[in-house]
Amino acid sequence: MSVSVRGRTAFSGGGLLRSLRGLVDPEAVWMIWQRDLVRFRRQPTRLYGSIVRSVVWLFALGLGLRQSFVPVAGLNYTQFIFPGVIAMALIFASLQSAISVIWDREFGFLKEVMVAPIPRSSLLLGKALGGATTSTLQGVIVLAFAPLAGVPLSVGSVVAAMALMFLTAVAMTSLGLVIAVRMTDFEGFGSIQNMVVMPMFLLSGAMFPTQGLPAWLTALLVANPLSYGVHAVRGVLLDYYTHSLGLDVGVLCLFSAVTLSVALWLLEREG
Amino acid sequence: MSGLGEAANGSTMRSVTPRRSPAGPAVVAGGAERDPAIRVEGLSKRFGEITAVDGVSFDVRPGEVFGFLGPNGAGKTTTIKMLCTLLKPSSGRALIDGHDVVTEAAAVRAGIGIVFQDNTLDEYLTAEQNLLYHAMIYHVPRRERKERILRLLELVELADRRSDVVRTFSGGMKRRLEIARALLHLPRVLFLDEPTVGLDPQTRHYVWEYLNQVRLQHNVTIFLTTHYMDEAENADRIAIIDYGRIIALDTPPALKRMVGGDLITLSTADDDRARVEIAERLGVSGILQRDGHLTFEVESGESFVPRLVTALSVPVRTVSVRRPGLDDVFLRLTGKAIRDEEAGSTERLKSRMRERGRIRR
Repeated sequence: MSVSVRGRTAFSGGGLLRSLRGLVDPEAVWMIWQRDLVRFRRQPTRLYGSIVRSVVWLFALGLGLRQSFVPVAGLNYTQFIFPGVIAMALIFASLQSAISVIWDREFGFLKEVMVAPIPRSSLLLGKALGGATTSTLQGVIVLAFAPLAGVPLSVGSVVAAMALMFLTAVAMTSLGLVIAVRMTDFEGFGSIQNMVVMPMFLLSGAMFPTQGLPAWLTALLVANPLSYGVHAVRGVLLDYYTHSLGLDVGVLCLFSAVTLSVALWLLEREG
Repeated sequence: MSGLGEAANGSTMRSVTPRRSPAGPAVVAGGAERDPAIRVEGLSKRFGEITAVDGVSFDVRPGEVFGFLGPNGAGKTTTIKMLCTLLKPSSGRALIDGHDVVTEAAAVRAGIGIVFQDNTLDEYLTAEQNLLYHAMIYHVPRRERKERILRLLELVELADRRSDVVRTFSGGMKRRLEIARALLHLPRVLFLDEPTVGLDPQTRHYVWEYLNQVRLQHNVTIFLTTHYMDEAENADRIAIIDYGRIIALDTPPALKRMVGGDLITLSTADDDRARVEIAERLGVSGILQRDGHLTFEVESGESFVPRLVTALSVPVRTVSVRRPGLDDVFLRLTGKAIRDEEAGSTERLKSRMRERGRIRR
């Protein structure tokens, strides 16, 4: 019974521990993160699917369109879309991971977490970090194809690319969480792919240069948070920038913070 | 969603009464001075114009097994959700171990264990991982985790399956694992929402064996909902709930006494004639005739049977004397059998709630 006593002290006795746990519960975040990784390991088909999709895009499109592509800053088409294909792996994986909250709701595990004495923010933070980690892993696998795509790697560029991939994945998973918290059944699941993932991917500059486009298209690109992830990863891998890297990092951080807050607000409103 | 509890909980006080001695046995006798484990006052929940729970009040004593019995859709799960802080009451209030479920939700959550109606295990994880993750979000001290997990797995006889993925478990095994999980953080109150629904009778029996052991070993208060009459018999006291209201609350024997005498069921060569004769010659009223049987209530069944057999002119095929069960209590109180109600009431409530998009799982 000693633990129950501890439990009560932690919550009603005030103090630092309590106020910290009220905001973020590190152990709860750790648990949600760990669970995402374990589940990812036990569902290898998710990974295979992601690899196949990336390879097909990279080589079918990269080689197929190479001849008709006017090189940009000395980059051929395969090289140019390589960071874009990484971004594709990230957005697909991130959204899929976030959407798993709907499964958790359907199959009950969400309830187990919702009645636990942990703040809801820890659930979302753990989910965002877990989804970002598994997505980044998938991005890294695509990154391993760099030599085949003619993209030279250095230790510095790999580390920087991984950090930026992770940040991009956090932003995309957070967006997915807003959608997942709002959706209470699977009905809208297929449309997420068509209405969110594909448009965001295609309108991110992943597959084409962003210079000299019609104004409306430029507006969409600027409004799309994934554009900044694509730009950042392309920047560190191919040294090709159209604006500063700082802007990318700033936008992705801000976007993550806003979407996570919205998701939290929605989750707490649920009751 | 409905508003916050607008109940008179402005003066919610934090309990300062010293908690019971950590290792002490259940001292139910001394319960008078102690806070009730659960106190519910005028609790209601409305979904639009539907009132799922309608002004329910009751107290549960520490160490007691308290049952909520009623047909599906009577408001049992809604009540449990409010007590577990998952749903905000429309009015009234509820205290768990002195903590208000609305204003002190975190304290309530830390002190309760829940086994939901539907499985809430992560099926991709092993039994042990499910328990470990639970220990993490309930802040079970690190040093104690391994040992406590093993002890509970032994209690529910799953220790040898601890490294297996839950997907491979049977329904009964999953239920047992959920019970073990709910006890991991040593809750003072254990909520069981239809704990054995969907399990076969033998497994149900086992689950209750574990629960009775748990009750003795962990000295925990158990609140359960059920629509199984035999399951309700495990409770010390039962509240019978129908259409969101408590229509009776007492111990199972006391409830059964409401029915009065014994129930006699017989079949004869000519039921119509037997019915007339029983009424005329033995002065019995209220004879029910259905499915080839006559059923009626008498003061004392054993002494009545010999008189019955000699008084009838038609041959008696079978005769049985039965003490009234909770089914009979329910029938007496509501005028309908609990099982007749099942489909109707559930579907009515659920479909009306779904229309409004208010059911969330």
